[in-house]
This record gives sequence, C-alpha cells and structure tokens, in this order.
Amino acid sequence: MTAALTCTVTPEDTLAVALAGDWLLGAALPDIEPILEHLRHTPAPAAVCFDASELGDWDTGLVARLASIRRDAEANSVAFDDSGLPEGVRQLIALAFAVREREGARRKARDIGLLAGIGEKTQRIVGRSRELLEFLGELVVSFGRLFRGKATYLRSDLVQYIQEAGAEALPIVSLISFLIGMIFAFVGVMQLENFGAGIYTADLVAVAMVREMAPIMTAIIMAGRTGAAYAAQIGTMKVNEEVDALTTLGMDPIDFLVTPRVIALIIMLPMLTLYGSLMGILGGTFVGLSMLDVSLVQYATQTVNSVGLNSLLGGLFKSLVYGSLVAIAGCQQGLACGNSAMAVGESTTRAVVMGIVLIVVSASILTVIYINLGI
Amino acid sequence: MQGNAEHIVAREITIAYGDFVVQRDLNFTVNRGDIFIIMGGSGCGKSTLLKVMIGLKEPGKGDILYEGVPFWGSGEDQRETMKRKFGTLFQSGALWSSMTIAENIGLALKQYTTLSGAEIREVVNYKLMLVGLAGFEDYYPNEMSGGMKKRAGLARAMALDPEILFFDEPSAGLDPISARLLDDLILELRDSLGTTVVVVTHELASIFAIGNNSVFLDADAKTQLATGDPKELRDSHPNDIVRAFLRRGVPEADAA
Repeated sequence: MTAALTCTVTPEDTLAVALAGDWLLGAALPDIEPILEHLRHTPAPAAVCFDASELGDWDTGLVARLASIRRDAEANSVAFDDSGLPEGVRQLIALAFAVREREGARRKARDIGLLAGIGEKTQRIVGRSRELLEFLGELVVSFGRLFRGKATYLRSDLVQYIQEAGAEALPIVSLISFLIGMIFAFVGVMQLENFGAGIYTADLVAVAMVREMAPIMTAIIMAGRTGAAYAAQIGTMKVNEEVDALTTLGMDPIDFLVTPRVIALIIMLPMLTLYGSLMGILGGTFVGLSMLDVSLVQYATQTVNSVGLNSLLGGLFKSLVYGSLVAIAGCQQGLACGNSAMAVGESTTRAVVMGIVLIVVSASILTVIYINLGI
Repeated sequence: MQGNAEHIVAREITIAYGDFVVQRDLNFTVNRGDIFIIMGGSGCGKSTLLKVMIGLKEPGKGDILYEGVPFWGSGEDQRETMKRKFGTLFQSGALWSSMTIAENIGLALKQYTTLSGAEIREVVNYKLMLVGLAGFEDYYPNEMSGGMKKRAGLARAMALDPEILFFDEPSAGLDPISARLLDDLILELRDSLGTTVVVVTHELASIFAIGNNSVFLDADAKTQLATGDPKELRDSHPNDIVRAFLRRGVPEADAA
C-alpha cells in the first residue's frame, strides 16, 4: 500500500496529520513540506498531532521525517503530540531528541569574501615558507652536530638509504636516460644532416646529456621515486607517533631521520647522473651509428672531444644541488605531515611537486650562473 | 632511588592550542612510587597533558617540576637529560616499524650507554622476558598483535631503567584479558622497581585496579575537578560529576 498523508487543521487550532500506508525508505513517500509550511506559518497552530491508525510498515523513512517535523514544531513553539504514533516510533523520536544538539557543533558553510580568501591563502603560504625556513635552519644545525660527531643516527640506516636511492634506481635511470639520448640523437640527425653536419649529433647528445639533461632528468626521477618515498615514510612515522617516540627518547628526528636521507641523496644523485649521462650517450651512439654514415671510432672520438671537464663537473654540481633539494622537500613534507592517512597522501604529493619546482627553478638559476662564469 | 616523597609536581599548568584553552590551572602532586591516573571524559585533554609532561608540547603557562627542578623552565640540554629518566608507552605502541623488536629496544641503549653489542642483546633479552615476549627479538612490529606491540613498546620504554613510566591509554584496543595482564604487569613493575607510573586512561577497571592517586580533568569546566585516590574520590568526593564518572553514571544507591 502506498504511503499517504493528509493534514487538516482542527477547530481547536491543532494540526492533525493522518498517516496511511507503508512508509519505507526508497519508496515514493509524500512530501512533508505542507506540514512544515503550516508550522512556520504565523500564527502557527497550537499543536501538531498524529493519527496512525491506517499506518502500515514503517522504517527510518518515517522516523526521519517525523524528526524534521518535531524540530520545526519546537522551533516555532508548536506542541508536538506523539500520542497517536506507534510505540516504536515514539521511542525512537524520544531517543533522537534525548541529547540536544551541542551549541556551536554544527558547521556553517563559511562565506568569506574574495579579499579575505586571498589573504588566508597568502597567510598559509607565508606560514609554509616559514616552516620550510625553520626546517632548513634545523637541518644546518643537525649537519653541524654530524660533523662534530654528536648526531645520533644509525650507520645501517644510511647504508640502506644509499642502496635504495642508488643501486635500486639504476633500472629506471637507465631506461629514461637511454631513451632521452636516442630522442636527442634523432632530432640532431634530422636537423644537422641538412647541413651535412650529421657527425655533430655526437656533440649535441654528449653536451646536452652531461650538462643539462642527465642531471635534471635523474633528479626528477628521484623526486618521484625517492622524494615521495621519504615523505611517505616519515609521514607515516609521524601518524604512528614513531616520531614522538624518538623525541621523548631525546633523539632529534632531524638527526635521526632527515640527515641520513639527505646525505644518501647528495652522494647518490651525482653518481646516478654520471651513469645517466653515459646511458644517454650510449642511446645517442646507437641512433647515430644506425642513421649516419660514420664509424664507431669517429663517433666516439667526436663525443670525447666535445665534453670538457668543465661540463662534466658543472653537471655533477647541479645534480648535487638537485639531490639535496629533492631530499629536503621529501623530508620536510614528511615531518610537516598531519595526523591522518589523507595527510600522508597530501604530503607525498606536495613533496613531489615541491621537489620538481625546486629542481626546475634552481636549474634556471644555475644555468644563468654557469653562462656568466663561462663554464 | 628513594629520595623526597614528591616526585612530580604540576604547577598552574594551562594547556592551549593557540588561543583555544583546553585545560587551565592544573595543580597536582605525584609521589615517588605512585601509580598516578590522569582521567576524564573523551576530549578533555588527558593525552595533551601527558604530552606536556613528557616534553612533546609546551604548556601555555605553568611548569612541571621533577624532583623540584622545573622541566620547561630548564634549558634544552637539561631537559634532554631529564627526559632520559622517562619511559613512554604510546597509545599504539609506536614501535619503529623499520626495525626489529630487538633494535627498537636496543636503540636507546646503543645511543646513551657504552654497552657492547652482546651486552645490549642481553639487556634486550631480559627486558623482553619481563614483558613476557622472550624469543620475539627478531620480529618486526607489523608481525605482532596489538597486545604484543604494547608489551614490546613497554619493554622499549623500560630500556634505560626509567624512574618514571608514562602510559597513554594502555588498555585501548586490547581485549579484557590482555588489558588485565598489562595492568598486572604495571603493578608488578612498580612494586619491584619502585618506578613512578603515570597513566592516561578512562577505563574504570584499570583505574581502580592500579591507581592510588589521580587527577580528574573535565572538558566543560576546562580544569581539574579533583585529585587524590580514585577509590576515595568515587566514595566521598563532593562533586557529582566526579562521582558519576567513577560509577559509570550509576547512582550511588545502586552502585554498592
């Protein structure tokens, strides 16, 4: 039987609501808006009462609506007379109203103006930057302690971080660098052949890989791979109170968790970069030899002559900078992580984004500096 | 070990997050060898008070005195030294998940003592025996149940033979029997080692089984309502809220 609702105002100024049929969730239930309108209407009726003699089955579908009616009735000082309702319904409604809504508990959607919104965002950015600066300061102090032999960290941890950030990254670095070397060689061959200068593809690939591409690509790979891992590891430790456990034992989390990770990346990223350059040059050689009419010896000689020590050291220095930036972004975001699974995800994302932004910005600055220094 | 009777004294502690005051004007004294309960309803700032006591959160006002020495009023170096006399068991155990149980317990020993590897192994073994986990040295925390993690966390907290043990909700997440065993363990450790114990909990069974001193925090009043032996508070404290809490809200006539 379908649910039905009729409401009439009795001569005693009472709103009589008659309920009929099955009031079940998911079925088409009548709209209670007319009742609510009656209640809000001035002058409001003195009371609202119910007749449930025709009521069939009921569940939350009915009780939730009655609760809304009671809330509106009370808000308009209309007496809510539940005597006509079935016993179970009465008890459930009584239970729902037993504990009053805590004042101020309900969150209102905040409507803030555009300017205030911009202001809040700015303040948040300023706050974040301050956190980052504080973190950098603490890291410098921690390195000071390390060099004085006072920092507490585990040598076995450092070895493990070095392995994770080094040997285990070789496959992905090989693949990406090899392909990038090939792409550069393709472009080089296509363009330079036009001028009959195909052999200079070797210079193009070698210089590009050693000076710019290997450092930056390896750093970006490591930001996604290791920087993200650092943020997630430290963030999870924070959520599990493991960081607190370190602090209460008097061990500085920066000394113990951050410094070894930063050192691992500072050592390993230049080495990976060196390896990446080599792989890129190999990829370039592969393409060069198959598309150009040159011998391996010619191509190799051309390559060796094109890369000076300056380029090599310049590239390695860059990767050293990128390595520390990636590690700092990962660890800082990990330590700044909030207290939930969501927060770990957010800080991991931020670590990667921040890492990549820092890499690209510092790459631009370093390139300008190098040009001015004539490196 | 036995010195002055007053071991920990809280003076006019105010706990606040920014401008939002959680608790104010907390004053209580913990004597040496006490099992001191920090109790109160959910969200009243019990765990935050514990954080203030172990140095994880600076109080808005006031100070904690350990053996008469102000904790937050001291310099950072001295605070580090004082912290070394504490052992803390966190709610979830907070074992370092990348290390084995033996490494977890041995870390502080490795850092702060000159013991050799074999000696550390021996101490770790003994501490694990104390908490009933002998043989679990080479397990990783994720291979253990919640109760075992808490016990291992306790062994780690006791690694440096602390003078004060702090527990954050020791029975949370444990079945009644494990919770009871942990309570017994706390009592035995106090009796045999003379350790002062501070426990944050709202488990009535625990409170009466082990506590001989306490402070009751109230979220609405934002301050302490009572301090003293929990059994006496239950029977004769003038404040209805305190008595009701300690009787699970059951009126006194029925509770006898």
